[in-house]
Amino acid sequence: MQITLNGDRREIAGPLATMTVAELLAQLEIDGRRVAVELNLVVLKRDAFGSTFVREGDSVEIVNFVGGGEENFKLRTEN
Amino acid sequence: MDTFKIADKTFTSRLIVGTGKYSSPSVMVKAHEASGAEIITVAVRRVNISDRTKESLLDFIDTAKYFLLPNTAGCYTADEAVRTARLGREAGLSNWVKLEVIGDEKTLFPDNEALLDATRALVREGFVVLPYTSDDPIVCRKLEDAGAAAIMPLGAPIGSGLGIQNVNNLRIIREFARVPLIVDAGVGTASDASLAMELGADGVLMNTAIACAQDPVAMAEAMKLAVRAGRLAHLAGRIPRKMYANASSPVEGLVGR
Repeated sequence: MQITLNGDRREIAGPLATMTVAELLAQLEIDGRRVAVELNLVVLKRDAFGSTFVREGDSVEIVNFVGGGEENFKLRTEN
Repeated sequence: MDTFKIADKTFTSRLIVGTGKYSSPSVMVKAHEASGAEIITVAVRRVNISDRTKESLLDFIDTAKYFLLPNTAGCYTADEAVRTARLGREAGLSNWVKLEVIGDEKTLFPDNEALLDATRALVREGFVVLPYTSDDPIVCRKLEDAGAAAIMPLGAPIGSGLGIQNVNNLRIIREFARVPLIVDAGVGTASDASLAMELGADGVLMNTAIACAQDPVAMAEAMKLAVRAGRLAHLAGRIPRKMYANASSPVEGLVGR
């Protein structure tokens, strides 16, 4: 399925409409304890990663802490 | 013990430091150590999906020792800042946020209107909001009225190292502020930090002055001492300024008179 991941369209291998956020993170080799996830502009609680499904066309933002910092960075507000 | 309280947390160090612009993580770790800071600001950014080999900032920061303060640096609208604050809350361990809503890329001055909107929204959501603001007493008052847990006026533009540009505004802000006053941004060297504290600031927040110094670890220690010195001088109460000299030694009993 195709999702928008951190602003880029991306093909995700996996069962259609039955992939959880936790499974997505595992596929991307991202440690879920160190990140925050926003799904279609809604920030998820970490304990909901295992019960929240990612669907075709969803917009997913995965963020973590970095040194900061006043870089010129923007979360994209458009979908 | 001269402690420092923001919202429900009590701190000993009045120096808050950042995590950006360091030449290496090990220099950052040593500088943090030398600064004596208890609060460390971090930025919230997208994970690099294509390159997962990079180490995470949290590999280097002992979160049992330091209180992490996520910031919304780089946000240009209230909506972006609110989203980033919510993400920071989930990525971290607290509901505190150093709120920045930038108005202009060249000056990095705050957009105070958007800052107020974001402060109100985040306070409603239960955040402890520490807004980075202009050194404008009226804006600071409005932020306080909006529920900010501290007010953080800039001394000079972020990263400029110019030192405190408007001493009188900070004095006025100090006079009416009922929440902690933290001078955020603009410090270039130790005396700037001391001046902020002598003016009655409750704390100083800085990043570039330490991270980009020739020797960041030495500068971190200098800043620790400067903040402490300025605080002590403020508590001690300085002498009034006079136009003319006033001899310290007795004027009687001089040899040959």
